[in-house]
Amino acid sequence: MKTHFITAFITGLVFGLGLLLSGMANPDKVLSFLDLAGDWDPSLALVMLGAIAVGVIAFTFIKGRSQSLLGEPLRLPSKTTLDSRLITGSLGFGVGWGLAGFCPGPALVALGAGEAKAAVFVAAMLAGMGLFELIERRKTATEKPAPHPN
Amino acid sequence: MTIDWVAFSPWTALAGGLLIGLAAAMFILFNGRIAGISGIVSGLLTPQRGDSLWRVLFVTGMLLAPLAWLLFAQLPAIQIDAGYPMLIVAGLIVGISTRYGAGCTSGHGVCGISRLSPRSIVATLAFMGTGFLTVYIVRHLLAA
Repeated sequence: MKTHFITAFITGLVFGLGLLLSGMANPDKVLSFLDLAGDWDPSLALVMLGAIAVGVIAFTFIKGRSQSLLGEPLRLPSKTTLDSRLITGSLGFGVGWGLAGFCPGPALVALGAGEAKAAVFVAAMLAGMGLFELIERRKTATEKPAPHPN
Repeated sequence: MTIDWVAFSPWTALAGGLLIGLAAAMFILFNGRIAGISGIVSGLLTPQRGDSLWRVLFVTGMLLAPLAWLLFAQLPAIQIDAGYPMLIVAGLIVGISTRYGAGCTSGHGVCGISRLSPRSIVATLAFMGTGFLTVYIVRHLLAA
C-alpha cells in the first residue's frame, strides 16, 4: 500500500484525537463558545490559535514547492476571488453550526463515539452535500463543468 | 458578557488545537492536500477513479479516534442538546452550505487561515459571525 494512504489514515486519526481533546467534538462546549451574550467559554479560540500556529509553519514550509514530501502533487485551492457563493455558503454554514453545535469533523468523531444524534446529523449533512451535487449537475448540464473544489 | 471560568479549559483546548494543527500540517506535507473535512467527505459522493481510497481512510481514522482514545482514557463528554428535527435541519444546512462555501471550520478556519488565503479569512469571519448570531437568536431572543 502506498505511503500516502497510511498518512491519510493517521492524519484522520490525529485530527479526530485533537477534536476530542480540544472539546470541539462536544456540541455543548461549541455552543458555549458561540454564546457571547451568555456564560461565555472562550476555550475554542485557543483551539484555533493552537491549530493555526502549527499550520502556519507547515504551509510556509510547503509554499513554492511543487510536490509533497512523499512526492504527491500539491493540491492547493487555486481560486482567489471573493465570490457570492463563498460568502453566502459560509454565512449559511455558520447558521447550521450555531443551530446544533456541530461542524463536519466533530460530527464524524461524535459518530465514531457511538452518538446516535451525531449519526442523524451526519446523514442529513451527506444529504445536503448530495443535494448540492444534484443542483450543480442540473445547472452545469448545459455549461462546462465546475472545477472540483478542495 | 460573562466569562464561564469553570468551563474554560485553556490547556486541553490549546493542546487539542496543536494536534489539529499537526494533522493539517501532516496532510499538506505528506499528501499535498488541504485537510478540509467537508471537502474530503463530499468527494466520496462523486467518486472518481483513484480518488476515493485516501478519503475513506481519512474518514475511517476520524471515526476510529474515539476508540483509540478509549485505549488510554475515558472519553470526554459529548453533550448534544439539539433534538432530532433540529439536527436534521442543521445537518442539511451544513451539508449544502459547506459545498457552496467550498469549506468549513477545518478547510477555511484552520488550513485557509494558516496559508493566509483571503477567501478563507473572509469565509471564517462569515461563518463565525452567523454562528455567534444564530446562538444569540436561539438562546436570547427566541428563548426569552
